[in-house]
Amino acid sequence: MTATSYILGIAAALLTLAVVIEMLRRRRLRERHATWWLIAGTLALIVGVFPKTLEWAADVAGVAIPINLVFFVSVVILFLVCIQHSSELTKLDDQTRTLAEQTALLELRIRELEQNTQSSIEADDQ
Amino acid sequence: MHPRQAQTLIVLPAFNEEESVEAVIAEVFAALPDMHVLVVDDGSTDRTALRARKAGALVARLPFNLGVGGAMRLGFKYALEHGYSNVVQVDADGQHDPAEVRSLVNALDRADVVLGARFAGGGDYAARGPRRWAMTVLAVIISRLAKSRLTDTTSGFRASGPRAVRLFAETYPAEYLGDTIESLVIAARAGCSVTQIPVAMRPRAGGVPSHHPLKAAAYLGRACMALLFALARPRATLRGQEITS
Repeated sequence: MTATSYILGIAAALLTLAVVIEMLRRRRLRERHATWWLIAGTLALIVGVFPKTLEWAADVAGVAIPINLVFFVSVVILFLVCIQHSSELTKLDDQTRTLAEQTALLELRIRELEQNTQSSIEADDQ
Repeated sequence: MHPRQAQTLIVLPAFNEEESVEAVIAEVFAALPDMHVLVVDDGSTDRTALRARKAGALVARLPFNLGVGGAMRLGFKYALEHGYSNVVQVDADGQHDPAEVRSLVNALDRADVVLGARFAGGGDYAARGPRRWAMTVLAVIISRLAKSRLTDTTSGFRASGPRAVRLFAETYPAEYLGDTIESLVIAARAGCSVTQIPVAMRPRAGGVPSHHPLKAAAYLGRACMALLFALARPRATLRGQEITS
């Protein structure tokens, strides 16, 4: 491994962590959405600083070529993020539906109230 | 007069039905002067709501399209909030004959959900080929689940009694085929009884359902998926006071 690729690995991990933490700090990202990104960033940083850990982990997991372990873990994390997003989307869908129902019911009620006041004003005028 | 009739709300889910909605409402009022009508405008982009209001119906407008299931849950919620015991779903395209509503409501004496079945003798509505097979498969499975012989589980012409109204106001599904198949599964698994009576069905005002084999196959697939997931979901429970009979 050259010194450049060593530094590049660490820089990429640090950048990921910095972006996620900064977005969390500015409340642009809820912590439950940031969990997987933080885990991914931390893992990347550990592997970046101590490349030996990757070789050790690949050996333990029985993966012949260490880089394949990196790909595998990346895919797993992306998969988890996607599933989480789909589930959040479903929840938002449900909430929107309930809100739509409520606005419709409220609109109907307002219309009825308006008609009642209208007719009582007309009754008062006469 | 039957005491149930006055506590019945007729819900018409309508999506871009400005052509037919006025006529259907007029017909419902003529046939059933003692029942209240709520039109749920399911995010129509035309003048459905205006026409329905002009015809004298109550109109609840959804801000965007939720599908028949979404419109119906709103109807059930309205019924629950305003003290109606029964809800009858009638389509706004004129396919359902309002004259049959009374027999649906009367049948609520012996069940919580009453379906108006199209193949059970009344009328001459017929579906052919794979679509027919799909309907048969669904009917057999849901009949077994509901412990009652049902032949037309995808009928949108149905009446719900007080227990079903309470259940559906919370759980009526908005997904594809949720308003027909899944709602029956939910009702049966929550302990509501389901039955059917034969009704005559009139031809739809706009077009006929597709009988293209590929579309029918896709329909069968999606229907089976909907059924499987409906069965796999956690059981909905009927909250509130139980009616012991």
